[in-house]
Amino acid sequence: MTIRAKLASLASAFAAASITLPAHAHEDGGSGWSQLNMTQGVTDISRKIYDLHMLIFWVCVIIAVIVFGVMIYSIISFRKSRGAIPDITLVHNTKVEAVWTTVPVIILIAMAVPAAKTLVEIEDTTKTELTIKVTGFQWGWQYDYLDDGVAFYSHLDRKSNKARELLSGIDPNSVEHYLLNVDHPLVVPVDTKVRLLVTGADVIHSWWVPDFGVKKDAIPGFVNEAWFRVDADKAGLYRGQCAELCGRDHGFMPIVVDARSKADFAAWLKNTAAQQKQTAQAADTTASLSAPASAH
Amino acid sequence: MADELAHAAAHDDDHDHKPHGWRRWVYATNHKDIGTMYLIFACTMFFIGGGAAMLIRLELFQPGLQFFDPQFFNSLTTMHALIMIFGAIMPAWTGLANWMIPMQVGAPDMALPRLNNFSFWILPFAFTLLLSSFFVPGGAPAGGWTMYPPLVLQTGSSFPMLIFAVHLMGASSILGAINVVVTIMNMRAPGMTLLRMPMFVWTWLITAYLLIAVMPVLAGAVTMLLTDHFFGTTFFTAAGGGDPVMFQHIFWFFGHPEVYILILPAFGIVSEIIPTFSRKPLFGYEAMVYAVASIAFLSFIVWAHHMFTVGMPLAAQLFFMLSTMLIAVPTGVKVFNWTATMWKGSLSFEPPMLFALAFLFLFSIGGFSGLMLAMVPADYQYQDTYFVVAHFHYVLVPGSIFGIMAGVYYWLPKWTGNMYDLKLATWHFWLSAIFVNVLFFPQHFLGLAGMPRRIPDYAVQFTDWNMVSSIGGFAFGLSQLLFPYIIWKCARGGVRVGNKAWEGAHGLEWELPSPAPYHSWTTAPSDAVIARGAAH
Amino acid sequence: MSNAPDSSSYYIPHDSPWPIRGSVALFCIMIGAVAYLNEWTGLWSFAPGAVLLAYLLFGWFSTVIGESQRGTFNNQVDHSFRMGMMWFIFSEVMFFAAFFGALFYARMLSVPWLGGQGVKVFTNFVLWPGFEALWPTNGPGHVGGRADSTFGIIPAIGIPALNTMILLTSGLTVTLAHHALRAGQRGKLTLFLGLTFLLGFTFVGFQAHEYGEAYRQLGLRLSTGIYGSTFFMLTGFHGLHVTIGAIMLLVIWLRVLRGHFTPEKHFAFEAVAWYWHFVDVVWLGLFIFVYWL
Ligand code: HEA
Ligand code: HEA
Ligand code: CUA
Ligand SMILES: [Cu+2]
Repeated sequence: MTIRAKLASLASAFAAASITLPAHAHEDGGSGWSQLNMTQGVTDISRKIYDLHMLIFWVCVIIAVIVFGVMIYSIISFRKSRGAIPDITLVHNTKVEAVWTTVPVIILIAMAVPAAKTLVEIEDTTKTELTIKVTGFQWGWQYDYLDDGVAFYSHLDRKSNKARELLSGIDPNSVEHYLLNVDHPLVVPVDTKVRLLVTGADVIHSWWVPDFGVKKDAIPGFVNEAWFRVDADKAGLYRGQCAELCGRDHGFMPIVVDARSKADFAAWLKNTAAQQKQTAQAADTTASLSAPASAH
Repeated sequence: MADELAHAAAHDDDHDHKPHGWRRWVYATNHKDIGTMYLIFACTMFFIGGGAAMLIRLELFQPGLQFFDPQFFNSLTTMHALIMIFGAIMPAWTGLANWMIPMQVGAPDMALPRLNNFSFWILPFAFTLLLSSFFVPGGAPAGGWTMYPPLVLQTGSSFPMLIFAVHLMGASSILGAINVVVTIMNMRAPGMTLLRMPMFVWTWLITAYLLIAVMPVLAGAVTMLLTDHFFGTTFFTAAGGGDPVMFQHIFWFFGHPEVYILILPAFGIVSEIIPTFSRKPLFGYEAMVYAVASIAFLSFIVWAHHMFTVGMPLAAQLFFMLSTMLIAVPTGVKVFNWTATMWKGSLSFEPPMLFALAFLFLFSIGGFSGLMLAMVPADYQYQDTYFVVAHFHYVLVPGSIFGIMAGVYYWLPKWTGNMYDLKLATWHFWLSAIFVNVLFFPQHFLGLAGMPRRIPDYAVQFTDWNMVSSIGGFAFGLSQLLFPYIIWKCARGGVRVGNKAWEGAHGLEWELPSPAPYHSWTTAPSDAVIARGAAH
Repeated sequence: MSNAPDSSSYYIPHDSPWPIRGSVALFCIMIGAVAYLNEWTGLWSFAPGAVLLAYLLFGWFSTVIGESQRGTFNNQVDHSFRMGMMWFIFSEVMFFAAFFGALFYARMLSVPWLGGQGVKVFTNFVLWPGFEALWPTNGPGHVGGRADSTFGIIPAIGIPALNTMILLTSGLTVTLAHHALRAGQRGKLTLFLGLTFLLGFTFVGFQAHEYGEAYRQLGLRLSTGIYGSTFFMLTGFHGLHVTIGAIMLLVIWLRVLRGHFTPEKHFAFEAVAWYWHFVDVVWLGLFIFVYWL
C-alpha cells in the first residue's frame, strides 16, 4: 500500500527527528534537512513545553498507528476483488461505541493535566528579578529596562536589510544569520527571572523566542506579561521573530537576545546606563542651544 | 416502478417550460441549474485562489525576495484564503446541497427557489468587488484573512471593498442556509423521517444552522471595523476604552464554527461514499448524527484556542484548552464509525472511494495536529508558525477539497447520465494524494523549526523544506487541471449509466433516472422506495 | 414536519428576473459606498443602486403578493415562508448579539483592564496611569465628547422609558390586530394595525430627537469613546430595524385596506408581526443594558 509506505516513512522521519536532534539547538539550527522538530530551548519552561509536545505527539502517533492500522487492514482484507462478502448485519454495537467514546475522553484528560500544570507555572509572574518593557512597532522592537533607565531600539541588521530588498542580487546564504540578526540585541542575565512587559506601539506584534518558550502578543494600549529564566550555563545568543502579521515588514523584525552571565550583565547595564545618560545630556544641551535659534 | 417514474419525469421535462438561453441561468429558479452555477463558480474561484497559492509558493521557493514586494505578498496570502474559503469551499458545498438535497429528501426543488437564485447571484458581484481591490490605490487587503485591527485599518482604498464584499458573501451564505433548512424541514417526502435522512442531508442541516448563527456575527464584526475606520468609533482602540483583542473574540466566535462549516458536509459525503463502496450500511448511523450535532455545539465554545498568546486570564485558557480537546471525541466517533463501516465489507476502489479514503487518513492527521495545537503551552511554540499552516491545510485540502472532489466523482454520473473517465480520475486521485503530502507535510517541520507564517522571505535554514513544499505545490496544482477536464469530458458524453451508477449505492437520488429529471421528485416517492433508500 | 400530501403542487416559480436585479442593485450601492468612503466622489453615487433597490423591492413583492392573491401558494409553501422568516429573524438576533457582545466585553473586560483590574495591572500602571474604570467612559484617552472631552448621557427615565412604553404598547396593538384578523373583524384590524405603525414612527421620531440632543448638547457622539460607539451602534441599528419594521407595517396596512389576507392565510401579516416582536425584544435588551444598568 502506498499510503502505508508513505506514512511509515514520514513517521520514521519524524521519529528520527526527535531522536537525532541535538540537546540544545540554539545558535544556528544547522542545515535545513535536519531541522525537523521543536527546539528544547534553554529554559525550564521551554523544556517542559518540549516534553509536552513530544508526549502529545507520541500519543497521536500511537492512536494513528492503531486507527490507520485497522483501516489499512480493512482495505487489504475486505476487498471485493478478493471475493469478500459484506456482513450487512454489522450496523452498530453499543459496547464498542461506548468504549471508543470513553477511551479518548480518558486519554484527553490525561493529556490536559500536565498541560494545565505547565500552564499554571507559565502564568506565575511573581518573584521576578528584572523587568523589561518590550514595545513592538512597525518594524522593530524597543527595549526599556524600567528600573535602570536604559532604553534602546532594535532593528534588523544592515546586511540582512540590504540583502532582503527585492532583487537585491545579494545571496542570502552569504549573509550571516540572514533575517535573524539585529543591530542591538536585548541583553539579559542568565539564571534570573526576567519579566517582560509586552506592548505594541501601532499594530499587534508578537515577541517570540523559541528557545525560551515565550511567545506573547504585543497589543497596542495593553500590557501583557511574560517571563523566562535562562539556565545558568546557557549564556549565548538566542534568536526569534515577530510572530503576528504586522504589515509590510512583518518578516523583517527579528529578535535577538544576548544572555550573559550575571556579572557581565551587571557591567553591561552600568556601562550602557552611563552612556545613555551622557548622550541624553548632550542632546539636551544641543536642544536648549538650538531652540532659541530656531525661534527666529 | 423506477421506470415508470423515469417516464413520468421525462414526460414532465418535455412539457415543462424549461427556459432556454441566458435566461435559464440568469433568471434560474431550478435547483439543478443553480447548483451547477454554484459549482462552476466554486471551481473558478478554486483556480484563482490556487493561482494565488502558486505565486506564494513561487516566492517562498528560495530565500530572498525574487518576485514580489512584501506588501503584495501579504495581499496574496490574504486573498488566497478569502477566495478559497468564501469563494471555493462554501459555494461548492451550497452547489452540492442544491443538487442533492431535493433529490435525497424526495422534493421537487428547493423550498424557496427565487431566494436560491438571489443567494447565488450575490456571489459573483461580491467577488468582483473583492478581486478588483487588487487595482485600487494601496493594493488588495493585506492584513490576513483574519482581518485583525489595528493592522487591517491601515488598508488603503480597498478597505471598504473588503468589508462590503464580506457583507455580501455573508448575506449570500445566510440566504442559502435558510433555504437549506427550510427545504430539509419542510420539503421531505412523507415517510422521510429525520432519522431516515442521508448523512449528507444531516450534516448540511447542521451546517446551515451554524451558518445562520455565525455569519451575522462576522457581519457585525466587520461593520465595527468599518465604523472604527471611517466614523471614529473605538471598539478596537484602547484609548477610547475598546480593545483590539475584542475583535479577535468576535471574529473567532464566527471563525471556529466556520471551519466546521467547511468540513461537516465533507463528513456527510464520506458517510455516503464509504458505505456505498463497502457494500454495507453505515455503522452507527445515529451515533454519527449525534456526533455531528455535538461537534457543532462544541464549536461555539472553543473559539479562543486561536488566541492563546493574546494574554488571556489563566482560567479562560484552561477552559478553551479543555473544550477544544473535547471536540476530538465526537470526531473520533466519526472516524471509528467509518472504519467500522469498512470492517467486514466488500470494498472496491473507484475514484469517489479513493478520495474518501484519503480523506480519512489525511483529515485525521490534520485533526491530530489540531489536538497538538490545543495544548496551550505547546501552542505557545506552534502559534503563527507553519505548523499551524500545515494543520489547517491538512483539514482543508485533503479534508474539505477532497470531500468535494469525492462528492463530485460520486454524483457526476447522476448529474450527467454518463460515467466519467475512471482511469483519468484515478490518476487525478493518485497525483493529488501524493503531492498534497509533499506540499504540506514538510510545513510541519518548518513550523517546528521556527518558521513564522505570513512572511515573504525566510532564514536560510528553512530553504530545503520550502523547496520541497513548493515543488509539491506546483505538482499538486498542475494535477488539479485534470479535474475540470474530466468533468467537462463527462458532460459531453460517455458510457450511459442506469439509475444506480454504483453497485452499492443507497438513497433516493439513485431511484431517479440518470440524468435526473429537471424537477427532481414531482410526485413524492413512495414509502417503500424511501425505506429502501434509507438502509443507510 | 413532513407534510407533503400536496407536494406535487408545490409552487416553483419559473425564471425570475428579480434576484439578479437585486444583486445588481446591491452591487451598485456598495460601489457607491466604496467611492464615497474613499472620497472618490460624493454620496450621489449611491443613487442608481438605491433606485434600483427600491424598484426591486416593489417589483419582487408585487409579484409575490400577486401570486399569493391568486392562491398560488398551498399550505406547504406558506409553511416554507414562515420557516424562512423565522430563521431570518434568528440571523438578525445574532447580528445584534455581536454588538451586545462588544458592549459586554467593554464593560466587563476591556475597561476594567485599562483601569488596572484583573490580570492586566501593568496596563494601567505603565500605559494609562490615573485612569479609573467607570462606566460610562470614553476611555483613558478621553476620545471625543465636548471640548473638554466630557460627555453627558441620556438617563433611562425620560425618553427611553417613554419609548419603551410605546414599543410595548405597539406589541400589544399588533397582537390585537392579529386576533381581529383571525376573527374576521376587519375594522378592528385596520384600527389596531394603523395604531401599531403610528406608534412605530413615533418611536423613531423620539429617537431622532434624542440623537439630536445627544449630538448638540451632550457631546455624546458615535466617536465618543467606547460608550458612544456601543450606544450609537446598538440604538442605531435598532432604530434602523424599527424604521424598516414600521414601513413593513404600513405596507401591510395598505394591503389590509385593499382587502388582502384571510383569517386562515396571512403569512405576510404574521411575518411582519414576528419581526415587530423581535424589534421589541431587542429594545428591551437595549433599555436594560444600554440605558438602565
Ligand atoms: C476544516 C477546517 C478545520 C478543522 C476540521 C479543524 C479541526 C481542529 N482544529 Fe483547527 N484550524 C483551522 C481549520 C480547521 N481546524 C484553521 C483554518 C486554522 C487557522 C486559522 C488561522 O489562524 O488562519 C486552525 C487553527 C487551529 C488552532 C489555532 C492554532 C494557532 O493559531 O495557534 C487550534 C488550536 O487549538 C486548532 C485546533 C483544532 C482541533 C482540536 C480540531 C479538531 O476538530 C480535530 C479533531 C480530529 C481528530 C483529533 C482526529 C480524529 C480523531 C480520532 C482518530 C480519535 C482519537 C483521537 C484522540 C483521542 C487524540 N485549529
Ligand atoms: C480554504 C481552503 C484553502 C485551500 C484549498 C488552500 C490551498 C492551498 N494553499 Fe492555502 N491557505 C488557506 C486556505 C486554503 N489554502 C488559509 C485560510 C490560509 C491562511 C491565510 C492567512 O494567513 O491569512 C492559507 C495560507 C497559505 C499559505 C501560507 C501563506 C503565508 O503564511 O504567507 C500557503 C503557503 O504555502 C498556502 C498554500 C496553499 C497551496 C499551495 C494550496 C493548494 O492546495 C492550492 C492548489 C490549487 C491550485 C494550484 C489551483 C489549480 C491549478 C492551477 C491554477 C493551474 C496552474 C498551476 C500551476 C502553474 C502549477 N496557503
Ligand atoms: Cu511585528 Cu510582525
Ligand atoms: Cu478553531
